[in-house]
Amino acid sequence: MSALLEATNINKRFGGIEALSAVSMRIERAEIYGLIGPNGAGKTTFFNVLTGVYRADGGAFTFDGTALNVKAPHEVAAAGIARTFQNIRLFANMSALENVMVGRHVRTHAGIFGAILRGAGTRAEERAIHERARVLLDYVGLAARGNALAHSLPYGDQRRLEIARALATAPKLLALDEPAAGMNATETATLRTLLERIRDDGTTILLIEHDMKLVMGLCDRIAVLDYGRKIAEGAPAAVRNDAAVIEAYLGGELA
Amino acid sequence: MNISDKLKSNPAALWSAVVLIACALVALPFVLAMAGTTWVRVTNLAILFTLLALGLNIVVGFAGLLDLGYIAFYGVGAYTYALLASPQFNLHLPFWIILPIGALTACVFGVLLGAPTLKLRGDYLAIVTLGFGEIVRIFFNNLSQPVNITNGPQGISRIDPISIGNFSFNGSEVILGINFSGPVKYYYLLLLVLIAVIVINLRLEDSRIGRAWQAIREDEIAAAAMGINTTRIKLLAFAMGASFGGVAGGMFAAMQGFISPDSFVLVESVMVLSMVVLGGMGNIWGVIVGALLLSFVPELLRHTVDPLQRSLFGRLIVEPEVVRMLLFGLALMLMMLFRPAGLWPSKVRRRELAEK
Amino acid sequence: MDTFLQQIINGLTLGSVYAVVALGYTMVYGIIQLINFAHGEVVMIGAMVAFTVIGWLAANTTLPPLLIVLIGTLAAIPACVAVGYALEIFAYRRLRNAPRLAPLITAIGASIVLQQLAMMIWSRNPLGFPQIIPNTVYHIEGATITLIQIAIIATSVLLMAGLTFVVYRTRLGVAMRAASQNAQIAGLMGVNVNQIIAATFMLGAALAAVAGVMVGTYYGIAHYTMGSLLGLKAFCAAVLGGIGNLAGAMLGGMLLGLVEALGAGYIGDLTNNVFGSNYQDVFAFLVLIAVLVLRPSGLLGERIGERA
Repeated sequence: MSALLEATNINKRFGGIEALSAVSMRIERAEIYGLIGPNGAGKTTFFNVLTGVYRADGGAFTFDGTALNVKAPHEVAAAGIARTFQNIRLFANMSALENVMVGRHVRTHAGIFGAILRGAGTRAEERAIHERARVLLDYVGLAARGNALAHSLPYGDQRRLEIARALATAPKLLALDEPAAGMNATETATLRTLLERIRDDGTTILLIEHDMKLVMGLCDRIAVLDYGRKIAEGAPAAVRNDAAVIEAYLGGELA
Repeated sequence: MNISDKLKSNPAALWSAVVLIACALVALPFVLAMAGTTWVRVTNLAILFTLLALGLNIVVGFAGLLDLGYIAFYGVGAYTYALLASPQFNLHLPFWIILPIGALTACVFGVLLGAPTLKLRGDYLAIVTLGFGEIVRIFFNNLSQPVNITNGPQGISRIDPISIGNFSFNGSEVILGINFSGPVKYYYLLLLVLIAVIVINLRLEDSRIGRAWQAIREDEIAAAAMGINTTRIKLLAFAMGASFGGVAGGMFAAMQGFISPDSFVLVESVMVLSMVVLGGMGNIWGVIVGALLLSFVPELLRHTVDPLQRSLFGRLIVEPEVVRMLLFGLALMLMMLFRPAGLWPSKVRRRELAEK
Repeated sequence: MDTFLQQIINGLTLGSVYAVVALGYTMVYGIIQLINFAHGEVVMIGAMVAFTVIGWLAANTTLPPLLIVLIGTLAAIPACVAVGYALEIFAYRRLRNAPRLAPLITAIGASIVLQQLAMMIWSRNPLGFPQIIPNTVYHIEGATITLIQIAIIATSVLLMAGLTFVVYRTRLGVAMRAASQNAQIAGLMGVNVNQIIAATFMLGAALAAVAGVMVGTYYGIAHYTMGSLLGLKAFCAAVLGGIGNLAGAMLGGMLLGLVEALGAGYIGDLTNNVFGSNYQDVFAFLVLIAVLVLRPSGLLGERIGERA
């Protein structure tokens, strides 16, 4: 079977700055693929290009065997890529359950007239949305918090709620932008178990993360970006000992 | 636990409450008529404004888009009715054909306005909608030449009342020995429409589309990342709100028998907005309370403050119209400053606005 | 008679008024990103106060006309400054960090309250401008220009020059520009941001006072409802020029005045008299919608990223 996501020679410039130059990568199915690199290396830019926030200046994505041709951010979710945000973006004044229910939007169909007439079909769909959202809340360990408003949840719960909301779109690829940022050790451990479980249940994960311990322990493969170029790719053990990577990280820190 | 939750857990109490309220609503016009038919008319207008406020609430409250030209859709509905059921073009179509046409026309106008402008940031959108409202009014005012469509500033009169078969909602009628005046009959009709609109609003709020509206209100970028086509869903809110305005406008034209551009000025948009803000944006019951309050309080003042002024000072010092406008202005200012979530905020809005 | 030149003259006159009012919108927006919806009412208050004073002086003294108008204007300025300051303190300051729509809604409320108060003070009837300025008409190339039009255009040029001086050559101006770049940092640098914001409101209000006298004199009347449409059009002008940009407000005001005048002058010919000059008020809004849809940053504005 082909790779789930294949990025070929992705370029992105901001003015004169080459944020991404000829970045290529293959993400295989049901793996956790880590994307790391020093600050400003282009990780988030790659993320934003992939999810339709920015348009790439060159290169192409093939997703699940077909060309990914995204014209607006909302088309990404429909294609099967769901994301979380570096600085959590929940629907703050909706309940946790409603947040996840919104995630089902792209996989359901009821329109205005369905909502007004509330026929058998709409009711069945609503029930299914509700049920699926409950299941997902339980899946990320928030079963008891369904009625709490999103912004009233503790930090770690908000992170996991964002993942549940993303999972509600039934993604083939779950793209996580620094999900462990700001978490304490216990929360990170819980997160790690959750991500492993998501992978084992068949959803591929693209992970941007700064927490090296988490990345090295969790990822099946890792790509390293530096100044917009991919300088290494491979299993954690190989990447850890890669001369260029050490140079990029240590060189950057020592200079 | 508030009252409504207690009622939900006790079906018998719930049903007796419903029956009690229903009886009160049925008896209301007769009680009001004792104080004078004027009060029935006042109530009818209050219900019309409640319809408008509920329509605007979809746009402002649910989707978080500030529409300052909302009254234009009311006007489009009213003129549609007037043109299709008056001597103006000698057309006299039945209301059950015109009201949907009016709703549809208003909806089309909503889409025409929304499609190019919904990308704009909130405050710009507000001003653009305001401009749109003014443009529509200017057209009402001037489309009497070269072809007389709207009859200009004179407006259109002798508009057909709503009638079903031989039963007209105008004029008095004795049914089962009880005398039903025109306004009383319209009251029942409006009440039915209001109930329908409330049910539709409640259903919309708790639906896939309703959740998408709220998601956009909360965070547009995150909503898009969840696969919500934000432009389309916002347009849907605009179209929905406009349709409600169109229906209310049609009812208004039929009820009054006369319309002119003066009924669709900016101040009216602001009035409806005050109702939504006073009651609490996004909260259906709050908005209803806001609309009823801002419809009745000025009338009550008119009947109490005026005589009081005359007896105290021998003349009118503050005109009732001024009092009314001051109420709207102050409602907007004071609510935003001190109770931004409204008099009766939804639990959601209350928390959100208290925090910021 | 030369319609084109005549409409250019009329357009420049109107445009001068729009430009001066637009400056008030744009200065406030530049600093706190607030559409001060009540600004048009400040213009109205200015006209009402000035006309009251002018009317009284014309009836009870024999001062020269120019001095009367000057005294009237000087009386209107402190009144408007007080209203502008009051708006900032009571209506907007509390909402500095509220969601963007909250102060806009408050501003709409404030605008209605101001209108009603003006109506209670001055009644529903318009105030007339006493016949004290000779209605001298000059003829140029088949078009006419009145003394009042010349005065309006000249005054607005002076005001704009004066404001430019204040903003670019004084301590207050430096602080204002700093606060509009980044209020927080300006605060850290020792600028009292609240004071600067209040000063901006007051400066805008002072301009509004003069604009009120200009427009009132032009049409010969002042009325409690005169502010809202004028304010809206001036806002359109500010957006057209690029909101937050002073030169933009001036350019936008003049352009809008020209568009309106030429539009009103030619719409009949262009549409075979289907539409007449009574559609004049539509142009400003069409311009607004067109600008916002095609180039939201305005003619001179910088493109501001909307997305995070």
